[in-house]
Amino acid sequence: MEKNIKKVDLIFGKVDYMAIVEQSLKRTRDEIILDVIDSGLRGRGGAGFPTGLKWKFAKNEEADQKYVICNADEGEPGTFKDREILTQVPEKVLAGMALCGYCIGASEGYIYLRGEYNFLLPSLHKHIDEFHKKLKALKFDFTIRICSGSGAYVCGEETALMESMEGKRGEPRNKPPFPTSHGYLGKPTSVNNVETLVFALMIAQEGPEKFKEMGTFDSRGSKVFSVSGDTPTPGIFELELGMTLEQFVEEFGDGDTKAVQVGGASGFCVARKDFKSTLIGFEGIPTGGSMMLFNSSRSMYNILNDYLEFMEEESCGQCTPCRVGCQQLLKGIEAVKKGIKPPSYLEDLQKLSDTMRIASKCGLGQSVPNPFNSIIKNFREEIIY
Amino acid sequence: MSKVKELVKEQADKLGRQRTSLMPILQAVVSAEHYISEEAMEAIAEELDLSTADVFGTASFYTFLDTVPRGKYIIRVCKTITCHMKGKDEIIRTIEGMLKIKLGETTTDKRFSLLQANCLGWCHKGPVMLINDEVYPEVTPEKVTEIINQYLKKG
Amino acid sequence: MSKYKVNLKINNIAVSVDEGTTILDAARQLNFKIPTLCHHDDLCVAGNCRVCVVEQKGARLLPAACATPVSEGMEIQTNSLKVRQARKHIVELLLSEHNADCTKCFKSGYCELQDMSNDYRIGDHVFLDLVKEKDKQPDISSPSIEKDDSKCIRCQRCVRTCTSLQYVSALAVTHKGNNMRISTFMDKPMNDVVCTNCGQCINRCPTAALTERNYIDEVFDAIYDPKKFVVVQTAPATRVAIGEEFGMEPGTRVTGKMVAALRRLGFDKVLDTDFTADLTIMEEGTELLTRLKEALVDGKEVALPMLTSCSPGWIKFQEHMFPDLLANLSTCKSPQQMFGPLAKTYYAEKVNKNPAEMVVVSIMPCTAKKFEAERPEMRGSGYKDVDYVLTTRELGRMIHQAGIDFEKLEDEKYDTILGESTGAAVIFGATGGVMEAALRTAYEIVTGREVPFANLNIKPIRGMEGVKEASVKIKDVKPEWSFLEGVELNVAIAHGLANAKILMDKIRAGEANHHFIEIMACPSGCIGGGGQPMPTNMEIRKKRAAGIYEEDEAMVIRKSHENPEVAEIYKSFLHEPLGHRSHDLLHTHYYPRKRH
Repeated sequence: MEKNIKKVDLIFGKVDYMAIVEQSLKRTRDEIILDVIDSGLRGRGGAGFPTGLKWKFAKNEEADQKYVICNADEGEPGTFKDREILTQVPEKVLAGMALCGYCIGASEGYIYLRGEYNFLLPSLHKHIDEFHKKLKALKFDFTIRICSGSGAYVCGEETALMESMEGKRGEPRNKPPFPTSHGYLGKPTSVNNVETLVFALMIAQEGPEKFKEMGTFDSRGSKVFSVSGDTPTPGIFELELGMTLEQFVEEFGDGDTKAVQVGGASGFCVARKDFKSTLIGFEGIPTGGSMMLFNSSRSMYNILNDYLEFMEEESCGQCTPCRVGCQQLLKGIEAVKKGIKPPSYLEDLQKLSDTMRIASKCGLGQSVPNPFNSIIKNFREEIIY
Repeated sequence: MSKVKELVKEQADKLGRQRTSLMPILQAVVSAEHYISEEAMEAIAEELDLSTADVFGTASFYTFLDTVPRGKYIIRVCKTITCHMKGKDEIIRTIEGMLKIKLGETTTDKRFSLLQANCLGWCHKGPVMLINDEVYPEVTPEKVTEIINQYLKKG
Repeated sequence: MSKYKVNLKINNIAVSVDEGTTILDAARQLNFKIPTLCHHDDLCVAGNCRVCVVEQKGARLLPAACATPVSEGMEIQTNSLKVRQARKHIVELLLSEHNADCTKCFKSGYCELQDMSNDYRIGDHVFLDLVKEKDKQPDISSPSIEKDDSKCIRCQRCVRTCTSLQYVSALAVTHKGNNMRISTFMDKPMNDVVCTNCGQCINRCPTAALTERNYIDEVFDAIYDPKKFVVVQTAPATRVAIGEEFGMEPGTRVTGKMVAALRRLGFDKVLDTDFTADLTIMEEGTELLTRLKEALVDGKEVALPMLTSCSPGWIKFQEHMFPDLLANLSTCKSPQQMFGPLAKTYYAEKVNKNPAEMVVVSIMPCTAKKFEAERPEMRGSGYKDVDYVLTTRELGRMIHQAGIDFEKLEDEKYDTILGESTGAAVIFGATGGVMEAALRTAYEIVTGREVPFANLNIKPIRGMEGVKEASVKIKDVKPEWSFLEGVELNVAIAHGLANAKILMDKIRAGEANHHFIEIMACPSGCIGGGGQPMPTNMEIRKKRAAGIYEEDEAMVIRKSHENPEVAEIYKSFLHEPLGHRSHDLLHTHYYPRKRH
C-alpha cells in the first residue's frame, strides 16, 4: 500500500463542461449509462447506491415527465464539500444534471439547496441563466430550477427531500416504491448528490477506465473529503479512495488524534487502536466526506451527547424507533453519567439502538446506532465517569 | 388588505396556487417579516386552499420558518460538534452581553434575535454564525463584537 | 382487471396473493395476526409506528408489514426472535412517551396500546419516562372532544381521519423530532379551531389521547337528585350498537334491552329520539315541498337543492367551509334538538312537570351532539333544551358501573307521548335513511300512493358508496300537487365530510341538478358516529346498517306520517308543519364561521 495519499483534481479542475455535454448528446443514453455503471461510481452523499444503476432504472420507466434532482441539502455534521463544489465549479454540477437529464429522459432538473446556503443563490441563478442559454444553442431542452430548504437535516433523505419540494413536511416516505419509479410529484426521478453529478460528468469525458483505476474494488475513484476538528489543516480535499485511517491521520492529524468520526453524526467513531486496520470506503467505513478528528483533550461523552442532541432534534418524528429512540439514547447516557441509571443500562441502550437500526423507517434512525455503539464500545469509561 | 396578505397574494399569483408553492411562499414571508404570523398563515391557507393547521404543521417542521416573532436580524450560532469544540459558547455569551438578551430571545426593539442552529456546514471554519443569510465563519469574541457593532450602527 | 399473483411464504407457509397486497394483508389471509397501531382499515397507509415490523429473509431491515407490498419469492417471519425484540422495544418506547395512568383512564380496557403491552407482558418501564408535564393538562375547551397529549403515541390516525375522511384538517402533525406532536393551528384549543366535533378521530385513536368529554357523573347526579325529573331520549343508531359494549355482535338489535337498562339506571321516563325523527320528516318534507312549490309555481328564487340538517358535525362543517350555501340548509333542528324543547313544553305540560326541574339527557352515537346542545340558539323552551348528551359508549359505561347484566335483561317498551316511532325513524341511523324516510312520506303525500319500491325499501339509496344519487319520477299526483306532475325528483346522499365536500363543490359551481340532498358527517351515517362503540371499520358498520334495516322491517308502522303520536302532537299542539309553534321550537338558523 502506498504511504502517501494521492490527491486528485477531478472535481475542482476546470474543464470545458459544455464540450462534454455536447459530446455526450451525440452518444446514446445507454452508452453513457453503461460507462457510469462500468466506472463503479457510487453515490457520494453517503448511502453509496450505484449511480449508473439509478440512472438506468429511471431511464427504463415510461412517463410523460421525469425529473433530475441535485441533492444539495448537505446537512451531515462535518460535511461542507458540496457548498465548496457549488461555489467553485457550479457549472460542472449543472452540466452533470443535464447529462443525467439526457440519460434518463428528463427535461426538468431541480437543485434542492439547503437554506443555510442561501447566500449561494444569486451566483447560482446567474450560472443557471448562462447555462440555459448554452443548452439552447445545443438545442437540448433542459431547465434547471432551485428549491430552497429551510433548515431540516432529514430533507437530505431523498424521499423527505421530495416531500419538502412538494410543499409538505419533510418526512421520508415508505419504500418501495423508490424514487426512480415514483419520485417527485409521483414521477420517475433520479436524486443525485452534488459531487456524484460532477463525477458522472467527468466519467462521461474521460471514460470509465481512468476512474476505475483509482480506489479499491468496492470503492472506485476518488472522493472529496471535508476535514475538520483537531487538525492543523481543516478543509476540502479530493483524495483517492482506499486509504486506511492511519494514512489519513498521518496526513491530517495533529499528532495527538485519539479518534476519528468517519461519516459525520450518522457515521462511525474509530479509536486510535483501529486506525491501521480501518479502510475508508464501502468495504470498510464509508463516508459522505465528513472526517472529524478528535485529540485527547476532547470528552467523548460531550461528543456523543452533541450527536444525539442533533439527531433528537432533527429526527422527523414520524416513526417510533427514531423519534423516541433518539430521546431515550440521549437521556439515557445523561442518566448513566449522573448515576441515575447503572452503567449496565448502556447495554440496554445498545440493544435499543440495534432495534433502531433495523426497524426505523429511514436512514436517519437506522444510522443513529453507528455513532452510539461505536463510541460506547471504544470509550465506555468516558461515558460512564 | 394588509401588507402580508398582499405579499402572499402576490407570491401565489407568481408561483401558482398549487401545493409546491407553499415552501417558497413561507420563505418569502420570513424574508419580509422575519417570521410567519397567524395572519400570514391564514392568508396562505386561503390562497392555496389548504387548512391552516396544515400550513402551520408544515412551517413548524422547518427550523428557519419561525412562527413566533423574530427580530430584523436573526443571529444563528452553529452549535454542532466542531463549532462547539471551537468555542461557540463564548460567542453566544459575547452576543448575549452585547444585546442584553438570552439565547432564544429577541431584543425589545425587535432588531435582533439570538438563536442556535444545527450544523451550518462550515465545520472547518468554526465557530460560525449566520445573520439572516449572511455567513460569518471563524468568529472570535473580538470579531463578533465588531460584526454586531456594525449591525447596531446599521439600524 | 386481472391481477398478477405473487407467491411468497409467511412463517414457512406458501401463499399466493394479488400483486400490490401488503405483507399485513397476506398474513391475514393465512390467519396470522400481525399487531398494528398506526394502521387502520379505513385510512391510508402510514408505516409510522413500526410495531408491525416483520423479518424478511435476506433483508437487512425489518419491513413494516402494513406499508410493504409483497414481492415474488419473499420469505417472511412474523414472530422471529428479532421481530419480537424489536416489537417489544417499540411498545416500550411508546409507553415511555405515554402517560400510562391506566387505572383511571377512560379508555382502560379499550386501549390498543394497553392490549399490546399486556400481550408482551411489559410491566416495569425499562426506559426513562418522557411524558412532558405540560402535556398532562388535557384540552377540555370543546364540549365534545377531550384532547390529552400525554396519552398520544403520534400514530397520526386522527390526522389522517380529520384530513382524508373528513376534509376538516383541524388536526395536523406539527413540529419535528422530540417536539413532534399532533396539534391544531397555532396550538389553539380545540374549541377555537375548525373542528366539527364529529369524533371520528376518537373512534380511531388507539389510546385515550382523544376521547369524548364525558358527563356520566353529572347524569348520575341528576338521576339521584330527588328534585329533578330526568327523561332520556335514544337516537336511532344506538340500538344496533350498544350491544357491542357487552360483547355482542355488531348490528345486534337490542332496543328493548336498552330501554330496560335505562329504566334500571333510574331515568324517570325513557323516550325516543325516533319520535322526533318522524317529526323531522313531517317538517323537513313539508319544507322541501314548499321550496319546490315556491320555485316551480311562484317562480321565486329559492335555495335548492335543500340540504338535510340532522347532523351537527355536518352543520358546523358547512358553517366553516360553505357559509355561502347556508340558505340551502333545511331550517329543521336535528331530532335531538326537536326533542328537547318539546320535552320541556308539550311533554312537561302533559305529565304535569315543571320544566325548570326537568333534565333532558340524550343517548347519541355522536359527539357533535354535545356541542349542538350547547349552541346558544338551542333554548327554544326557555331553558337549555337538552341538558346532557352521552355517547353510546358512555351509556355502556354507565350500565357497567351500575352492575346491570345487559344481556339478561328482558325487553321493555319506551314510555308514551314522546316514545312512539316508526321504521322510517329507525333508518335515520344509516346513510340514506333520512332520504328514504322523507321519500316514503313525501311521495305518498303528493301522489296518495306508497313509494314505488318493493316493501317500501328504497334500495338504490342504501349502501356504503360515498356519494349516492337517484331520481324518482313523480306522476299521477293529487290535484293540489299538480305542479309536481312528471317531475323527476333528483336526490343525492353523502356520508363522511370528504364526500360531502364533493357534492358541495358541485353545488357551489352550479353543476348539481339535485332537489334534495342528505348529508351525514360520519362515514356510513350515524351508525358510524363518533360516539359509537369501538373499534370501527366497514365490516362493523355494514352489520350495524343491516341491524337498522331489520329493525325497520320489524316495525308495525314504517312511514313517519303514520306515527299516531306525531298526528296527536300536530292536532293538539303544533297544529301544522312549519306552523308558528314549529317555527319557534323546531326550526333554527345558522351562522357563518371562519374558514380558517
